[in-house]
Amino acid sequence: MLGLNKKDTTLLIVVGCITIFAPFILNPFPADSAMAQFNAGYPDLMQRFAIFGIFAIGFNLLFGLTGYLSFGHAAFLGIGSYSVVWMYKLLDYNVLWGLPLAVVVSGLFALGIGYISLRRSGIYFSILTLAFAQMMFAISYSDLLGRFVGSTITNGETGLQVYTSDPQILLGANEPNTPHLFGLVMNNSYKMDVGPWMFTFNNGYYFSALIMLVVFYLAIRIFRSPFGLMLRAIKSNNTRMSYTGLNPRPYTLAVFVISGMYAGLAGGLMASMDPLAGAERMQWTASGEVVLMTILGGTGTLIGPVLGAGFIKYFENIFSKINDNVLHGWFSFLPDGLENFVVFIIHPFIGKGWHLTLGILFMLVVIFLPGGLVEGGQRIGKMIRGKKNQNKKPSSTEPAEQGELTDGNS
Amino acid sequence: MDAFILQILNGLDKGSAYALIALGLTLIFGTLGVVNFAHGALFMIGAFCAVTLAKIFSLSAITEDPTQKDFLGNPLKVKTPYVESWFGADVGSFMIDWAVPLAIIFSIPIMIMIGFIMERGLIKHFYKRPHADQILVTFGLAIVLQEVIKYFYGANPIPTPAPDALNGVADLGGTFGLALVYPVWRIVYFCFSLLVIGGIFSFLQFTTFGMVVRAGMADRETVGLLGINIDRRFTIMFGVAAAVAGLAGVMYAPINSPNYHMGMDFLVLSFVVVVVGGMGSLPGAVLAGFLLGILESFASMNEIKALFPGIDQIIIYIVAIIILLTRPRGLMGRKGVMEE
Repeated sequence: MLGLNKKDTTLLIVVGCITIFAPFILNPFPADSAMAQFNAGYPDLMQRFAIFGIFAIGFNLLFGLTGYLSFGHAAFLGIGSYSVVWMYKLLDYNVLWGLPLAVVVSGLFALGIGYISLRRSGIYFSILTLAFAQMMFAISYSDLLGRFVGSTITNGETGLQVYTSDPQILLGANEPNTPHLFGLVMNNSYKMDVGPWMFTFNNGYYFSALIMLVVFYLAIRIFRSPFGLMLRAIKSNNTRMSYTGLNPRPYTLAVFVISGMYAGLAGGLMASMDPLAGAERMQWTASGEVVLMTILGGTGTLIGPVLGAGFIKYFENIFSKINDNVLHGWFSFLPDGLENFVVFIIHPFIGKGWHLTLGILFMLVVIFLPGGLVEGGQRIGKMIRGKKNQNKKPSSTEPAEQGELTDGNS
Repeated sequence: MDAFILQILNGLDKGSAYALIALGLTLIFGTLGVVNFAHGALFMIGAFCAVTLAKIFSLSAITEDPTQKDFLGNPLKVKTPYVESWFGADVGSFMIDWAVPLAIIFSIPIMIMIGFIMERGLIKHFYKRPHADQILVTFGLAIVLQEVIKYFYGANPIPTPAPDALNGVADLGGTFGLALVYPVWRIVYFCFSLLVIGGIFSFLQFTTFGMVVRAGMADRETVGLLGINIDRRFTIMFGVAAAVAGLAGVMYAPINSPNYHMGMDFLVLSFVVVVVGGMGSLPGAVLAGFLLGILESFASMNEIKALFPGIDQIIIYIVAIIILLTRPRGLMGRKGVMEE
C-alpha cells in the first residue's frame, strides 16, 4: 500500500491508529481518581507529542541515517516559529500561509548552514552546527537583524507576538483571532464524557497528528529509498563510498536540508498552537533535547524518535508533577519509618529533580542499550519468543535426531 | 590607548578561564581520545568546592554574651564561627576571609578523585565506541552532575567573595601615566591561570612521567609495547585535567557567583576554543583561549558595538566558523587528529 512493503504498512497503520485514538489511550484513568494525574490526554501535551515527534523524526533522518550529530537543530525550530508568527502579523491567523513558509525558510537556512558545516565531519560538524545555532540564538535574542533594518524582526527577548496594530491584511470581519485553519480554531476542543472518564478531542492535536503521519510516511519512504541507502553507506563507510566514485556531499546536504525542514515544520506547528515565537526555542539546550529524544527512543529506527519524544515529553509534564505528598500516599502501606525513608530516597528524582532521572536514564540507555527503547523492546520480545521457541524446539527436533542416531547405529 | 589596554585586560581574565578549561579538554582528548562533554560540569564542581569551603568555615555556634546587652536588655546573641573558636580569633577570621584561595588545596584531591572515578567507572568503557557515543554519555553525565549540584545547592547563584585584601581595584597605569584601574582579583586570576598552565606544561616537558605521557599521546601502542602501563598514566592525566578544570572553577567563583549551569555556559565556548586551537594541541588550546577571550572583550567595546550591534555575542562563533573553514585543523592542530 502506498509503495510500502507489508511490514511498513502495518507500522504506519498501527502508528496511525494510535495517534487517532490517542485521546482515549492517553486517558486511561477516570477524571476524579487518584491516578488522574498520570493522564496525558490533555490538548497541550498531546500537541507536544505530535510536534516533537516531527522534530525528532527529522533529526533522526540526519543522525540515524548518516551519523552526523547536529547539536544545533533547534535553530530551525525557532526559524519555523518566527516565520509563522510573521505570517500572522502580515496576513492573518490562518496557519495555512505560515506553515509552508516555515518549511521553505528553514530549508533555505539549512541549505546555507549545511553547505558550510558539512565540509567537516565528526566532532567538527557538531561544533559547527552548535556554533551556528548559538549565533542564531544570539542574533534573535538581541534582535540584531532588526537593529540593522531599524525595526523588529525577532522582537528580542520579549519574543515575537501579534499586536492589534499589525497590518493583518487578510483578516476578515468574523475571523477568530487565534490560530486557525479556515475557521477551525486550533485551541478548540470537543469534550466527551463517558461515565467517569472525560476525553478531549482537540483540533490542534489532530491537525499536528495528521501532519506527523504524513511526514512519518515520508520518512519511511526516505528510509527505504535508494537515497536512504546512500545515506546509510555514508554512515558505514564514507571513504569507501567516495572511492566507488560517489560524492557523499550532495546526499548529506540534501538530508540536512530535509531534516531542517522537518524542524522548521515542527517550529511552525508550535507557533500554530500558541501564537508566540521566542529566542529560547533556539538555545542549545533545545537542540540537546532532540538529541536525547532520538537516542532514548532508538537511533536509526523508524518509530524510535517518536517514542523518545513522547517519553520525554510525558515525563517532563507528568513526572515533574509528583511531589512528596503523592509519594507518601503511595507508600502509606509501609511502616512509618520505612515510609519516610523510601520517600526521602525517591525525593531527589521526582518533581523538579526529574532532569536527574532523565540524565541517569539517558546514560543507562547510551551505555547498555545503544539502540534505545526500540532495541529494549526487541530484546524483551526476543526473550519471550526465544523461550517459546526453546520450549518448542525439543519436541519438534527430537524425533528426527533420534531417527538419525538410530540410523547411524544400525 | 587606555581603553585599548583595558580591553586586553578584560579579555585576559575570561580568556584565562577558556584557556584552562580548553587545556583540560585537550589533555583528555590528546591522551584518551575522548570528547568530554562533562568538562564544564567539572569546572562548575570546582566553583562549588569554593562555595562549600566558604560555607563550612562560616558555620558558627550561637552563644549568649552576658557582658553585652541589646536594646531590650537581654544578653546579646553572638555568632562565633567554629574555626574561630578552634584556631583562635585571628587565624579563624583569616580562614573565613581567605576561604576561596584555601579552597584550592581543598579542591585538588576532590577533583582528582572525581576524575579517577569518572575515567575508571565510565569513560574507560567508551574508548572503542564511536565519538558520538562518547559525546552522548558525557553529555548525560554532565546533566546528572548538574542536577545533583542543583539539588544540594539550589538553583540560585551563591555569592562567594574574594578575600578583602584582594577585593579592591588596583591602579595599574600609575607608573606609565595611564588612567587604568582594574579589579585585583581578575589580575590574580590571570596570574593563577598562567601558573597552572606553566605548571602543566613543565610537568609534561621536564618530568619522566610527562615524557611518557607525551610519548603515549604520539603513539600509544608503541609505548604499551615497551612495557609501560600507559593506561594508568592516562587515568592520572584525566585526574589532572579534572583538577585543572576544578581550579579554574574555584578561582572563578568570586568573579561570577556560581550557579549550577555555569559549566554548560562555559563548555560550549570552550569547545569552540579547542576546535579553533586545534584538536589535541595543548599550546593551541591556550593560545586560542586567550585570543578568543581578548577578541570577545574588544567586540564588546562601545565603539565597535555602535558599528555592529550585538557583535560581542557572536564574534567567537564567527571566528570559529571562519577558522574551521580556512584552516580545518585549527590554529595549531596536528596532522591526523580527528580526521577521517
